[in-house]
Amino acid sequence: MKRTAKDSEFSSRKISRRGLIMGGAQLAFVGALGLRMRYLQVDQADQFRMLAEENRINVRLLPPARGLMFDRNGALLAANEQNYKIVLVREDAGDVEEVLARLAQLVPLTAEDLERATREIYRRSPFVPVTVADRLRWEDISAVAVNAPALPGVTPEVGLSRGYPRGQDFAHVVGYVGPVSDYDLERLNDPDPLLQIPKFQIGKSGVEAKLEHELRGKAGHRRIEVNATGRVMRELDRIDGEPGANIQLSVDADLQNFIQARLAGESAAASVIDTETGDLLAIASSPSFDPNKFVRGISVADYSELTENKYRPLAGKAVQGTYPPGSTFKMVTALAALHDGVVSPEDTVYCPGYTYLGGRRFHCWKRGGHGNVNLHDSLMRSCDVYYYELAQRVGIEKISAMARLLGLGERHDLPMSAVAQGLAPTKDWKRERHGEGWQVGDTLNAAIGQGFVLASPLQLSIMAARLATGRTVTPRLVKSINGVEQPSHAGTPLGLNENLLRQVRRAMFDVSNSRRGTAFRSRIVEDAFRMAGKTGTSQVRSAVVRNQDVPWEQRDHALFVCFAPFDAPKIAVSVVVEHGGGGSKAAAPVARDIVLQALYGGLPPLAAYPAADHERIREMQRELPLRNPSSAEDGKDQA
Amino acid sequence: MSYLEYNLKTAPTGLSKIFHLNWPVILLLTAVSCVGFLMLFSVAGGSLTPWVEPQMKRFALGMVLMFLVAMVPIWFWRNMAGVAYLGSLALLLLVELFGAVGMGAQRWIDLGFMRLQPSELTKFTLVMILAAYYDWLDVKKTSRPFWVIIPILLILVPTYLVLRQPDLGTAILLVAGGGIIMFLAGVSWYYFAGVVASGVGAITAVFKLRGTEWQFLKDYQYRRIDTFLDPSSDPLGAGYHITQSKIALGSGGWTGRGFMQGTQSRLNFLPEKHTDFIFTTLAEEFGFVGGVSLLTLYTLIIFFCVVSALRNKDRFSSLLTLGIAATFFLFFAVNMSMVMGLAPVVGVPLPLVSYGGSAMLVILVAFGLVQSAHVHRPR
Repeated sequence: MKRTAKDSEFSSRKISRRGLIMGGAQLAFVGALGLRMRYLQVDQADQFRMLAEENRINVRLLPPARGLMFDRNGALLAANEQNYKIVLVREDAGDVEEVLARLAQLVPLTAEDLERATREIYRRSPFVPVTVADRLRWEDISAVAVNAPALPGVTPEVGLSRGYPRGQDFAHVVGYVGPVSDYDLERLNDPDPLLQIPKFQIGKSGVEAKLEHELRGKAGHRRIEVNATGRVMRELDRIDGEPGANIQLSVDADLQNFIQARLAGESAAASVIDTETGDLLAIASSPSFDPNKFVRGISVADYSELTENKYRPLAGKAVQGTYPPGSTFKMVTALAALHDGVVSPEDTVYCPGYTYLGGRRFHCWKRGGHGNVNLHDSLMRSCDVYYYELAQRVGIEKISAMARLLGLGERHDLPMSAVAQGLAPTKDWKRERHGEGWQVGDTLNAAIGQGFVLASPLQLSIMAARLATGRTVTPRLVKSINGVEQPSHAGTPLGLNENLLRQVRRAMFDVSNSRRGTAFRSRIVEDAFRMAGKTGTSQVRSAVVRNQDVPWEQRDHALFVCFAPFDAPKIAVSVVVEHGGGGSKAAAPVARDIVLQALYGGLPPLAAYPAADHERIREMQRELPLRNPSSAEDGKDQA
Repeated sequence: MSYLEYNLKTAPTGLSKIFHLNWPVILLLTAVSCVGFLMLFSVAGGSLTPWVEPQMKRFALGMVLMFLVAMVPIWFWRNMAGVAYLGSLALLLLVELFGAVGMGAQRWIDLGFMRLQPSELTKFTLVMILAAYYDWLDVKKTSRPFWVIIPILLILVPTYLVLRQPDLGTAILLVAGGGIIMFLAGVSWYYFAGVVASGVGAITAVFKLRGTEWQFLKDYQYRRIDTFLDPSSDPLGAGYHITQSKIALGSGGWTGRGFMQGTQSRLNFLPEKHTDFIFTTLAEEFGFVGGVSLLTLYTLIIFFCVVSALRNKDRFSSLLTLGIAATFFLFFAVNMSMVMGLAPVVGVPLPLVSYGGSAMLVILVAFGLVQSAHVHRPR
């Protein structure tokens, strides 16, 4: 087919016109693209540049070193031990199985460890370091370092882990740390990003938990450049965090160690308080446990051994345990009555061995009775009937008020777990709690520290300290934080009549220094360190049976509170031996040993003891399982 | 027999044809390819491997082919249009039947030394057959329904085969490229108005049928459209491409972060940074200035082609040149719209810059046709 020139001209013009339209349209589109580019690259540049920074920069937290804990003399109680571990990077290792097999010849690795490590290695990205072995000795690390060429991808690393050089001595005071749990996150409601680090260690009990905030420190961070798969390309900068605060406790580690050793074999607790400053010198609870086991992850067997032990090693009995104070409560009743003026120190009460109230017979512990007793005799010989009489005259409200004044029935603010409030009962309390009215019989029981009255060993030592000084001695456990001395409480006067107090103290002195006193056998013969105390035996059961004839759980609790030296009191001590029998036999000798140990600052000379006891004391001092001073700073042998 | 053959006396012969080539276009193509080498070098982290070296070899091969194609008179290529078209259809059928599966789609045939994507070839053979068709067709019949249906069928057959692969990007380019040639050839405006109207209807249908047995697109294609409409809906999933590429572009600013300093591409945040998304690397490292420069280079290529086409009195040459220029335009326009978040992610490479053998070779051969039309134009 042939086309005319005119046709071609026509079609050519048409193509030209439409070609120009197309070109124009394309040019317009190119213009639009240019504008869009301008919008993205110029107008919104800042915003996108920021997004790009966020993309590539990853912030890694640097956990701070946890604060250390010391005793009042600077002995380490909670340390950060160097923890050697070995990590492996899959992509550098090449043949993972081969490298692990070689590694197993150098460091102790069980088949189980190997299997766990292998699983972890393949689960993670190839460039993520995975911990293969933990808590290694320096020798193992050296062996790995020497053989590094044969172990591609294997790196030794040093980390910090918590250790307690004093082992079980301070398990209840210092507490322990453990990996943060979901429950902790919920409980603490703490936005600190450190808590989001897997297995980050936080305080779980004791001071570790209560002063977690001070001990933890502030996280540092390093900014690293990462690519889209999270691989670290380089470190941009690093800001070190603030280490946690070092905490000095008021306790004396050697005294605590002595007490723990002295209490060994018993379910018992003791509290020693400085009467001048309120510093707690020792808060012991026996038996105890090794907190290091908790840090490492305690085995099920070890844990059930602790929970199933009838002596309850996990409980810090000195602050958590509450006991009927028994006769140690008599100073409270006496002072309440004396202050109310319903009795004077010289007034006598006749004790036939019992008293009747509403047809019920209330016994004195001494069947034959004490005859005519005044204040001094009633305390020294611990007559119950005298206090039954006083109780009826003064009433429960005033007794409870006196108890609270002396530090009972009140929760003292200490950074320890589950500090008990105890109980100084009132009429209102009983109505609210039991829905019953208060009976006079209740008052009689309370007067001799039985019935509803409950006190912890800590509270009893505070009571003794307040009796000794007449001031509101308040306990202090934390001596300083990062070198900053915490306020101590010498206390203010209790507002008690000094003359009456002196009479009570004098009677307490005779408890352990008069031949007729209940704790005469536990006297101190060194004149400078004479002690004043009060025995207590609190009943666990109601029937009157000899202690030797009943199972351990039903025997009486033995208590003793004291302060010393009598002339210028320095310390107040309380001892509770659970189901230990009589206070004079089971608790007073322990309290005497503690007093002497504390006042001498070490094992006391036999001369401080009555001559008849020398042989027995020497034997006891030799057998005492005290920690070896040479290994004092090395916690590893306890692990 | 066309007007062309009566006016051959002045057409150059032999090696003197080289002087009559459209040299500005050749220089511009080389410049754009060099930008490509530079960017591939950058995304490889300053290395000639794995991308720059093969890309350079293909460019060299493509240039040789372009010159060979340019030397052959344009009327030979017009006569070959039918063969080329049928050949590319046959290849499309071949990938349908035997093609290897790459990235979840059957797209290429392994020739041993390179992988051939017949869909790339089809974009230009379609332009050839349509140009030849309108050259042959009496101008007066252009807008008659019967003569309009034939080119539509010519477009839809390869489009269907490409969609089967599935390759939505190429399908869109085929339809748009074919449509542009029909428009240039003078098909009445009414048809285009009709197509726009029915297109709106079709899009509605596509979305209405989603989730039913008859759904028209693959799920991932729907997702890409969703993502385009709202990239923030799934920033780490399907929206990742768009979000990251916008971040890369935006963080480039006026002059960019400097050659090989783009953190987005360097650190692998950009997906397919050496193929479809290579423009983002350019924009991040050379900023707005770099992006506009490349856009200008592309625009100049189109400009010289359009000028050449409009001055060419041969209907086939004119339509072919404009068609190839339009297809080339669609390539970079769709790619840039995609990375700038103006269009859904459809998988169209940036011509001559993205890493990819078929596209490079096919584009250069197509420009060989443009050169042939330019050299052998009636004077």
